[in-house]
Amino acid sequence: MFYIFLFFMIFLLIAALIAVHTDNLLSSVICVGAIGFGGSLMFLFLRAPDIAITQIVVEVLGLIILIRATISSDKTFISGQREFFGIVVSLALLLAISGLGLKALDGLPNFGTPAFVAAGEIEETIASQEYIEQSLSKTGAANAVAAVILDWRAYDTLGETTVLFTSILGAVVMLRKKTKNTGAIEA
Amino acid sequence: MLYAMCFLLFVIGLYCALVKKNMVKIVIGIMIMEYAVNLFLIMLGYRVGGVAPIVGHEDIRNMGKFVSESVDPLPQALVLTAIVISLGSLALMISICIRTYEKYGTFDITRIRRLKG
Repeated sequence: MFYIFLFFMIFLLIAALIAVHTDNLLSSVICVGAIGFGGSLMFLFLRAPDIAITQIVVEVLGLIILIRATISSDKTFISGQREFFGIVVSLALLLAISGLGLKALDGLPNFGTPAFVAAGEIEETIASQEYIEQSLSKTGAANAVAAVILDWRAYDTLGETTVLFTSILGAVVMLRKKTKNTGAIEA
Repeated sequence: MLYAMCFLLFVIGLYCALVKKNMVKIVIGIMIMEYAVNLFLIMLGYRVGGVAPIVGHEDIRNMGKFVSESVDPLPQALVLTAIVISLGSLALMISICIRTYEKYGTFDITRIRRLKG
C-alpha cells in the first residue's frame, strides 16, 4: 500500500515540476489537471471517497475555467523571471519556509498512525473519536463525513456557502461587460 | 517520507507563485499549494489497513471493530469544504486575470505595474 502512495506522490511531483517549468500555458494547465486527477485517485486510496468525487467535479470545472483564460489570449509565452532583488528575497523566504517546515515535520506521528490516535494517548476526549463512535446513533447518518458536514459542524458549512457566494459575486462583478457610466471615472 | 514529499509539492507551488512573471502561472502555483495542503490533511487521518468512515450493515453489529479501523472523518469533512472554496477563489482569480488581459493586453506582471486612468 505504501508503494502505491509513493508512486502517486512521485507522479504528482513530476506533474508539478512540468507545470512550473514549461513556457506554454496550455500544457501547464493540462499538467495541473494531471495533478488534480492524480490527487483524486490518491484520495480514493487514502479511504476518502467523498473527497475523491468532489475533487473530480471541481477539477473538471477548474480546468474549464483555466482553459477559458488561456485559450482566448495569444501572448501566452512569457519566459524569464522577475527582477533580481525580488528573486533573491523570494528565494530566501522559500528557504526559510522549507527549513521551518521540515523541522515541524519531525513532531508528527508516523504515516499510517492517525493524528487523533496519537493525540488520544495524551488527551481524554478527542472530537474525531466521538464522531466515529456516535455519528450513527446521534445523527442517524451512516456516512461520518456527511454527519460532520451537515450536523456536527453545520455552521461551518453555512460559512462555506457564504464564502463561495461572495467569491462568485466578485467574479461576476469583475467579468460584467456593461458598466453604469454615470460617474466621471471611466470604467 | 510521504509527508516530506507533500511538503516538497507545497514548496514547488510556492516557488511558482513567487518567482514567475505570468499571472496564470501564479494562479497555477496557488492551486498546487492548495492540492498539497489538502493531501497533507487527508494523510494525517489515514490509518494503515483502515476503512472509509461509512458504517455498513455488518459494522452495526460489530461497532468496536469499525471504531478501531475507520480513518479520521474530521479532516475529510473540512477538506471537502476547502476544495469547494478553492474552486470559488480560482474563478475569482481567473476573472481578475481575464480583466487585466483585456485592459493591458498581457499577462506579464512586470508590464502591468504602471497604473492607467
